[in-house]
Amino acid sequence: MNHDAYDDNYIRSILNNVKSIAMVGASPVNVRPSYFAFKYLAQRGYDMIPVNPGHVGKALMGKPFVASLADIDRPIDMIDIFRNSSHIMPVVEEALKLSPLPKVIWMQLGARDDAAAEKAEAAGLKVVMNRCPKIEYGRLSSEISWMGVNSRTLSSKRAPIPTQGMRLSLNRTSFGGGQTAASDRAAKNKTETT
Amino acid sequence: MTDRLPGFSTLAVHAGAQPDPTTGARATPIYQTTSFVFNDADHAASLFGLQAFGNIYTRIGNPTNAVLEERVAALEGGTAALAVASGHAAQLVVLQQLLKPGDEIIAARKLYGGSINQFTHAFKAFGWNVAWADPDEIESFERAVTPHTKAIFIESIANPAGSITDIEAIAAVARKAGVPLIVDNTLASPYLIKPIDHGADIVVHSLTKFLGGHGNSLGGIIVDAGTFDWSKDNKYPMLSEPRPEYHGIRIQETFGNFAFAIACRVLGLRDLGPALSPFNAFMILTGIETLPLRMQKHCDNAKAVAEFLSTHPAVSAVNYAGLPGDKYNALQRKYAPKGAGAVFTFSLKGGYDAGVNLVSNLKLFSHLANVGDTRSLVIHPASTTHSQLDDAAKVKSGAAPEVVRLSIGIEDKEDLIADLDQALRA
Repeated sequence: MNHDAYDDNYIRSILNNVKSIAMVGASPVNVRPSYFAFKYLAQRGYDMIPVNPGHVGKALMGKPFVASLADIDRPIDMIDIFRNSSHIMPVVEEALKLSPLPKVIWMQLGARDDAAAEKAEAAGLKVVMNRCPKIEYGRLSSEISWMGVNSRTLSSKRAPIPTQGMRLSLNRTSFGGGQTAASDRAAKNKTETT
Repeated sequence: MTDRLPGFSTLAVHAGAQPDPTTGARATPIYQTTSFVFNDADHAASLFGLQAFGNIYTRIGNPTNAVLEERVAALEGGTAALAVASGHAAQLVVLQQLLKPGDEIIAARKLYGGSINQFTHAFKAFGWNVAWADPDEIESFERAVTPHTKAIFIESIANPAGSITDIEAIAAVARKAGVPLIVDNTLASPYLIKPIDHGADIVVHSLTKFLGGHGNSLGGIIVDAGTFDWSKDNKYPMLSEPRPEYHGIRIQETFGNFAFAIACRVLGLRDLGPALSPFNAFMILTGIETLPLRMQKHCDNAKAVAEFLSTHPAVSAVNYAGLPGDKYNALQRKYAPKGAGAVFTFSLKGGYDAGVNLVSNLKLFSHLANVGDTRSLVIHPASTTHSQLDDAAKVKSGAAPEVVRLSIGIEDKEDLIADLDQALRA
């Protein structure tokens, strides 16, 4: 898997197939990106579980916080990690102890741990790094282009009428693989300067 | 299976546009409305708090404008774009995100005369200082870098002489200085040059020119390359620090690689106000559908006219990068192999008076202050666009008294050559 540039079909199949998502590092503070993403994904129909030991006893959009992945009482399809790169490995190790195993490990924008990704992939999990599921969902469904964002998809079919909770519209043609040439170059430049 | 990448012409017709969800309209509808109803109070709060994507008010965003934005972002290879009322508005909104009073930009000396005025007078009044550098001498950019430098600004094909800028060399200076490179790509359009491929972090356009193409609608656009890390130091607090007007969210942390375009929209356009009319967005979108066809014809005609002028007895020099032997021919073949654009200058042996006479004798060329129209245009910069500059500055910016600027249209080239020939003989 090339973690510098994901094919749209890879991201699309993940977002289309997972039903339950545990968000590690979810915040109840309504100006944090994790709160936006949690709320957005919940409104799109995913079964969201907030994981954050600092907030046990509280709830996020009616869903009670749990302290750790082991405390979740049902199988989880995807773990969305809202933590810095240096805190990814312990979460992945904990995830790999779950039974049944989750299908996907997703690291948020800015988070990347190649060793943790390798470990998860060796166990048969799919991995996405340095992406936001909210942005990818919005991009692939073309919802995000209301903000002038380049969705990198085309369609000659009538768009679905957008409503809260709509599911992905998959009849769009993707172009250009996972990322723009520019963002690939940015990633490369970043590697060169660090 | 890897997704197939559509070509430039396909993107020019389709990117951003999808049949309308409610009516099935195939052409992009003109959403001529100021405001949009909310589903409920929670939806409204989510939109205002930047937690949901959607329409609030046309000063901040509009569905017709959004199609234009996505289309230009796709053509330029950026992550997102923001359409505004004019090219000048684009420059204002971009710099507002980057500069505080006392900060500086380094700008190429060869710029559109209107940009030179905007930077020299309006921006100076904001406390934004400009250091001028010579795009023909890359070291002059390096020498101009100071701790207050926040950006470098150049044109890909530069006004008024159609000179070609070595974007990659200046991008290297910007990267070393840790500041973004802003490229005004108006005269090239992404059909000829895609500055992001050569290291630009931000691309701006006057849509009024080749992108709209018909000289009927003003517009400007800002394209975010998604390449710059705004949070690596505290140089760009608009993007890296909590925003009080949005409950403390940080723009880059929240929006990732299209954060700059979002900042321009929710901090710049929202507060400064230069929104693009949805009607103009529609006109410009219609123009962009034929950009590849028009731009090639513009370039082919311009080359034929430049060749004709270069052998004319009344002409002392032609500055067209598409001519072999031109100072910028090597850069043109590297950066714009499909053509050298359609805006260039030539010098008359008869000096200032010959320039004024030529303009008044032309019958097909229109004497006006625009470029990138379907119609061929002529102007004598020394007596018009660059008249506010002193003589030394006129020469430095390529607008000496004997210089005439042409913007070649898409008419039949034989007719353009015949018109110039009769005017030069008259």
